[in-house]
Amino acid sequence: MSTWDNNPVLKVEHLTMRFGGLTAVGDLSFNVGRGDITALIGPNGAGKTTVFNCITGFYKPTEGRLVMNRSSGDKHLLERMADFKITADAKVARTFQNIRLFGGMTILENLMVAQHNPLMVASNWTIGGLLGLGGYKKSNVEAIETAKYWLERTDLIDRADVPAADLCYGDQRRLEIARAMCTGPELLCLDEPAAGLNPKESLELNTLLQFIRKEHGTSVLLIEHDMSVVMEISDHVVVLDYGVKISDGTPEFVKNDPHVIAAYLGVEDDEVEQVEEEVGIV
Amino acid sequence: MDYFLQQLINGVTLGSIYGLIAIGYTMVYGIIGMINFAHGDIFMVGSFISLILIVALGITAATPVLLLILALALVLVVAMALTAVWGWTVERVAYRPLRGSFRLAPLITAIGASIALQNFVQVSQGAKNKPLQPLISGDFQLTDGGADGSGFIVNLSYMQILIVVTTVVLMAGFTYIINKTSLGRSQRACEQDRKMAALLGVNVDRTISLTFVMGASLAAVAGLMFLLYYGVVDFYIGFLAGVKAFTAAVLGGIGSLPGAMLGGLLIGLIETFWSGYFSVEYKDVAAFSILAIVLIFMPEGLLGQPEVEKV
Amino acid sequence: MMQARQRDSLFVASVKDSLGGALVAFALACVMVGLKVDVASGRGAELFLEHRWLAVAIAVALVFVVRLGMNMFFWKREDAPSLGLSGFLPKGGLGDGSTNLLKYGMLVLAVALPFALMYYLGSRGSRQYIDLAILVLTYVMLGWGLNIVVGLAGLLDLGYVAFYAVGAYSYALLAHYFGFSFWICLPLAGILAAFWGIILGFPVLRLRGDYLAIVTLAFGEIIRVVLLNWYEFTGGPDGLSGIPRPSFFGLEFTRGEGGFADFFGLKYNSIHRIIFLYYLIFIMAMFTNFVTMRLRRMPIGRAWEALREDEIACRALGINTTNTKLTAFALGAMFGGFAGSFFATRQGFISPESFTFLESAIILAIVVLGGLGSQVGVVIASIVMIGGFEMFREFEEYRMLVFGIIMVVIMVWKPRGLVSSRTPSVALSKNAKGISADLVQEGHG
Repeated sequence: MSTWDNNPVLKVEHLTMRFGGLTAVGDLSFNVGRGDITALIGPNGAGKTTVFNCITGFYKPTEGRLVMNRSSGDKHLLERMADFKITADAKVARTFQNIRLFGGMTILENLMVAQHNPLMVASNWTIGGLLGLGGYKKSNVEAIETAKYWLERTDLIDRADVPAADLCYGDQRRLEIARAMCTGPELLCLDEPAAGLNPKESLELNTLLQFIRKEHGTSVLLIEHDMSVVMEISDHVVVLDYGVKISDGTPEFVKNDPHVIAAYLGVEDDEVEQVEEEVGIV
Repeated sequence: MDYFLQQLINGVTLGSIYGLIAIGYTMVYGIIGMINFAHGDIFMVGSFISLILIVALGITAATPVLLLILALALVLVVAMALTAVWGWTVERVAYRPLRGSFRLAPLITAIGASIALQNFVQVSQGAKNKPLQPLISGDFQLTDGGADGSGFIVNLSYMQILIVVTTVVLMAGFTYIINKTSLGRSQRACEQDRKMAALLGVNVDRTISLTFVMGASLAAVAGLMFLLYYGVVDFYIGFLAGVKAFTAAVLGGIGSLPGAMLGGLLIGLIETFWSGYFSVEYKDVAAFSILAIVLIFMPEGLLGQPEVEKV
Repeated sequence: MMQARQRDSLFVASVKDSLGGALVAFALACVMVGLKVDVASGRGAELFLEHRWLAVAIAVALVFVVRLGMNMFFWKREDAPSLGLSGFLPKGGLGDGSTNLLKYGMLVLAVALPFALMYYLGSRGSRQYIDLAILVLTYVMLGWGLNIVVGLAGLLDLGYVAFYAVGAYSYALLAHYFGFSFWICLPLAGILAAFWGIILGFPVLRLRGDYLAIVTLAFGEIIRVVLLNWYEFTGGPDGLSGIPRPSFFGLEFTRGEGGFADFFGLKYNSIHRIIFLYYLIFIMAMFTNFVTMRLRRMPIGRAWEALREDEIACRALGINTTNTKLTAFALGAMFGGFAGSFFATRQGFISPESFTFLESAIILAIVVLGGLGSQVGVVIASIVMIGGFEMFREFEEYRMLVFGIIMVVIMVWKPRGLVSSRTPSVALSKNAKGISADLVQEGHG
């Protein structure tokens, strides 16, 4: 019984996703521990992004259950929810492998859009805000404060009024995380957050993710190819290959799991030792 | 039953005309992803050019059959060539400068070009309807109306045969061009990925121009057929025919040549049957409703590729 | 020596290119201009041809000369001077400062216009200009309404005229069958149009760009065809006439006792009603602008713009995109409905003729030519397109032709529209810059 099996924030149970005849994910089960940084790794085409798309509602799983346990005690069955409800109600936020920012809007505006739902309520679904009634003004100021907080955390505060499309790649990655955090998530799903970052930026990302987890209690689920990131920050690693889970455990455990090594080297399990000798890993 | 057969024949004829126009929409949409709003008006221009050529050559119903066929073939070829120049010019002037610009700009220039073409024809050729005496008359009677003569007489006119045969021949020709020639290959490459095609040495501008030229010459064919079949043109026929042909292209699956033809046939049939059995006034409503319904429930059309946005 | 060869080749190349242009012009013109087919009057319906070869020669020569000139001095020269025209415009569209100045200048001008005209031209002379100003303002209002849908939410709507028609017919029919007054019908017409916006919008809003455009076009045409053929209810092609005029807080603009002029002790003059209509549409348009500008700074407005930028990202942020699109569609439709009922009351007569696709195209052109999402741009484009169009009334035949050509020319010249920068809806620093339109997406849905 590992720590992530008591009181997990997300339980993935027998998740299967088929596209026509192709089974992208087959009977996958794992838990995402509350407050953990969980990494989902695997070779290209292993079905990691598909799992993400199922969790965040962009795909409807063919079979299986996705149970989100909010800290309030509410349970949400994600496979039954519309994608926007998953963020709005179940409090799961995500970023994208190919960054999706609102390029023509400023960085501050990007973060304001992320706080759409509470602001809509505060403005009485626009009517109150339009007439200048209710607490909309106050909520608006608070929303700007929240945005400023995350801009400071991500080191973007100086560029708040710059259009998002003008940011360099690494800044865009951080802005996307900041934007996801502005939705107030309990589970943050990051699709290859370190892709294309230089070592320094990668290090900053590690610090940011540690901060998010520690200070906000937000659980993090991430897909990553950069093993230095994975091994450094994650508490729990799930390894996929061809849509099937081949390993699940601490980074230390996974690192030494022959199945994982075999999958990454692209050989059968029993050939691992031989190949390792050949390439001189051992 | 006989009435049904007659409607079927009429519908297929009308559908052939729509199909010919629809090919122009579908090819252009396939290659540059825009609705060529001026295409219906190119069809109208083709129709006018055909009419003028017919009058200039002095073709009448009294012309001997062989000569008539030769003269009409000449009209067809010249009209295709001249209309192609119109299509090329519209692309060159209104669309090419905006290539790679944002999506709404060419749509607006297309609407502008459509308005300009319509009014150019109105100015240069006058606003009056231009009626043309039927050139090809005669028909086969498929049923005799029953022994007592009270039944419905089903006619298949030579004109209808001519339209359907021409359409089928041209369709076959263009399918060959798209599927077998290097021009067709460049065209399909540009549809998939214009930048990559350019990097691999495909002359993208030329390919796109040729697409417009082909679309326009097919529209000219449709224009001549329309003129011969209905015997009247005016500067406004392009709009409605254009919208319906676009509907046909969408219905068949945009980007697909056989789809455009199939869509054209279906729209022609729906329209004829609707006017035959329900009401003539609302036939356009029928066509437009089909368009809406198809797009809502089957946006990829009958023969098109479904488009999936990758997350 | 090199110099001479250089010039030679420039000249030769230019001539070659111009000859090509002339050849194309000849191919275009030889049949469509050179020959005019006409119906002989009196002799049945026989067709005959009229020859106009001189016109063809002029057209071909014109193309040759203009192309040659352009080639020699601009297109083919490496040291081509940039076109003088762009020098007159600030770079990247109008800056914030000049836009503000322009905005307030236009506002003052709009308020003072009727009185200024009356002062200089008298009531008889100014009438046609105030009428024109009313027309321009109607298009400004329609443009602002459509700007919510196309400019902010990025939904391409080619059937906007349908809502204009719904507004106009709502008022005309309510007045006709129930005798309701303009002031009761105005909100009703807006609500009905919004309602239609939701009904039509709901099934189609998940379609992407061009498909949405074509479906909205189809809906616009369906509504027009129904209005045209439902003779018993709408009067069909004959339209509805005798639509009541609006009153000024219950005061009718009539001669004699109890009328507007009588109440204020003025001498009766029919211009009073025209001026009243002018201020009415002015206030309605400003209301549209006010609501839109306010909404832009609210969550719903930001969600619209975010939707235009990236719909998938919106959904990942928990925004209900269907509802967001529907509100944009309904709100745009509502303003279209308001404008429609104003149109009905101003004309006193409406028929389906007034609600053709061309109207939708013109309104969309105003929005795009003005610069998507830009409120000032809509005003400028309306003045240029509608005002300019009406100025050339004498050239009845040619003005639609010129209108079409101008649409093409402006778009090719400035694809992002006349005012092409976006003001952020919220900013930390006081002097936040406008966002260049090149970064702004135009929407996919």
